[in-house]
Amino acid sequence: MSRKKLIKFLGLKAGTLIVLLIAVSVISFILVEISPIDPVRMYIGEMSLSQEKLDDLNEYWGVNQSLALKVVNWLGNLANGNLGTSLIYRIPVTEVIGERFQASFMLIFISWLFSGILGFFLGVLAGFKKGTWVDKGIKIYSYIVCSAPVFWIGLILLMIFSVQLGWFPTGLAVPIGKLAGNVTLVEWLHRLVLPALTLSITGIAQIALFTRSKLVEVSSSDYFLFAKARGEKGWSLIKRHGIRNIILPAITLQFLSFSELFGGTILVEQIFSYPGIGQAAVTAGLQSDIPLLLGIVLISTIFVFCGNSIADLFYKFLDPRIKESEANEF
Amino acid sequence: MSFDKERFKSPYSFLFGNMNLRTKTLLIISLVGFVLLAIAINSFFINVDNITTNFAIKNSQPSLQHPFGTDWMGRDMFSRTIKGLGLSIVIGGLASILSAIIAVFLGLSSTLGRYFDHAVNSMTDLFLSIPHILLIILVSISLGGGISGIVVGISLTHWIPLTRVLRAEIKQINTSTYVKLSKNFGRTKLWIAKNHLLPLLIPQIVVGTILVFPHAIMHEASVTFLGFGLSPHEPAIGIILAESMKYLSNGSWWLAFFPGLSLLIIVLLFDLIGDNLQKLLDPTQANE
Repeated sequence: MSRKKLIKFLGLKAGTLIVLLIAVSVISFILVEISPIDPVRMYIGEMSLSQEKLDDLNEYWGVNQSLALKVVNWLGNLANGNLGTSLIYRIPVTEVIGERFQASFMLIFISWLFSGILGFFLGVLAGFKKGTWVDKGIKIYSYIVCSAPVFWIGLILLMIFSVQLGWFPTGLAVPIGKLAGNVTLVEWLHRLVLPALTLSITGIAQIALFTRSKLVEVSSSDYFLFAKARGEKGWSLIKRHGIRNIILPAITLQFLSFSELFGGTILVEQIFSYPGIGQAAVTAGLQSDIPLLLGIVLISTIFVFCGNSIADLFYKFLDPRIKESEANEF
Repeated sequence: MSFDKERFKSPYSFLFGNMNLRTKTLLIISLVGFVLLAIAINSFFINVDNITTNFAIKNSQPSLQHPFGTDWMGRDMFSRTIKGLGLSIVIGGLASILSAIIAVFLGLSSTLGRYFDHAVNSMTDLFLSIPHILLIILVSISLGGGISGIVVGISLTHWIPLTRVLRAEIKQINTSTYVKLSKNFGRTKLWIAKNHLLPLLIPQIVVGTILVFPHAIMHEASVTFLGFGLSPHEPAIGIILAESMKYLSNGSWWLAFFPGLSLLIIVLLFDLIGDNLQKLLDPTQANE
């Protein structure tokens, strides 16, 4: 792998990201623009103003400008890093997102790692023990979990562990009567367990099914058969000829799951009242905090794009087979 | 697998006897289809106003009269759940059909030329880059709430798999020798589309539409759970579950458990229909 190629790859990705962000921001802007929400009314809230004052405000914010002009202004502001002010929190959108995204990122990262490792392990186990009750159990689990709504699983966990057993609090990432800054790490982790578990339970299914089918595929290949004929068997056979071949596609798939993870986070945070970006998105949507909602759409786009690009990077630069075939071209 | 038939007997052989796969699949499809249709039709006749509030039996556990228990106003949760499932099936159906129309349109236009192909590809990338729930929320806000917002939102996020399948399929058929032969015989493009493309594409479209159904229903439930689209007194599954959250802490587990489980079963049933239909329409598997 040459460094030149990597730089070219990253440059191309950066260019794509910019184009993508422009497209997403224009489309989402137009979507909220045609909605029946009156931006001035949302800004002033319950205050009653005379029609003259309203007209002045409309004039000041350019409500009556043409759509094209508004889009251009919006893009100009974005280019300067100005995403506007959140109507609910009354602070710049970038600050809200920065704070909220940290909390969500921890949640997403933990469940991503946990579901990836456990899902891969279960998938290998199922493929290794193909046809046995272990395999069937893992498959049934995966099929059922794939069809269950994430938020329902969250509710069930909440009922079992918080209400019945009382092991975890029923909500709020910060204990009542404490400032967010004073929360100890243990208290915070304590509140992270159930949301992360919920996200992981659904995440495991997909990666397990994928790993299983890949391992079964590899098991029927010629080199696998040859290894068997040489007398290799059991776990060492799987480790040396199976896992080596399936780990890269599995990791790639796990990076491609960022979009679903983000969607899952939105639901899970709502159930466990975890103060992350998903909860902010729902609140912003329900209370028509348009600047915040648009900001969250943009950050989620960047997040998903990063996942996809890393998957691409793995595929292009780490897979020895692809590297070799490209080296042969020159 | 014609050898050693006994060993490969399906685990369900006690249910279906010696039927071949085609008969079995048809039976499964019609049974499951009947159940789903029954739910949809039943829910149509359940009038929301008839789900009476009766505070004497509020928050009662599941019993024979009320298999799913009652809620905080003494309303029968079973009727509310069936009503919600009916709504989900209707929304899911509309959204699947709409997304299939989008998919057919884009799939066909992607084969018109290189630029069309690029355009469809970039649209796919664009719609894959925003998490689905977020886009549905945006569309729902944009259309001012209501069922239409959810239906449009779901269809806009679910056309991608079918479009890809159709695009690949059309490309493959177009390079086949019988299409080339037809061209050499001087057949028009329309004739080729009607006689060579459509017969092969229609099964794909049907299966693709049905396979979107489960996803559409889940997204409908998720978005209504978050509070978008429908007003809080409508008995959608998502709204019922969101409401149940308030009563979880006093131990009313049945409020969340049964509606969610019913939704899970509906989703599994649709998956079953889709998988079996796929088997049925694939001539290499159908008569095994």
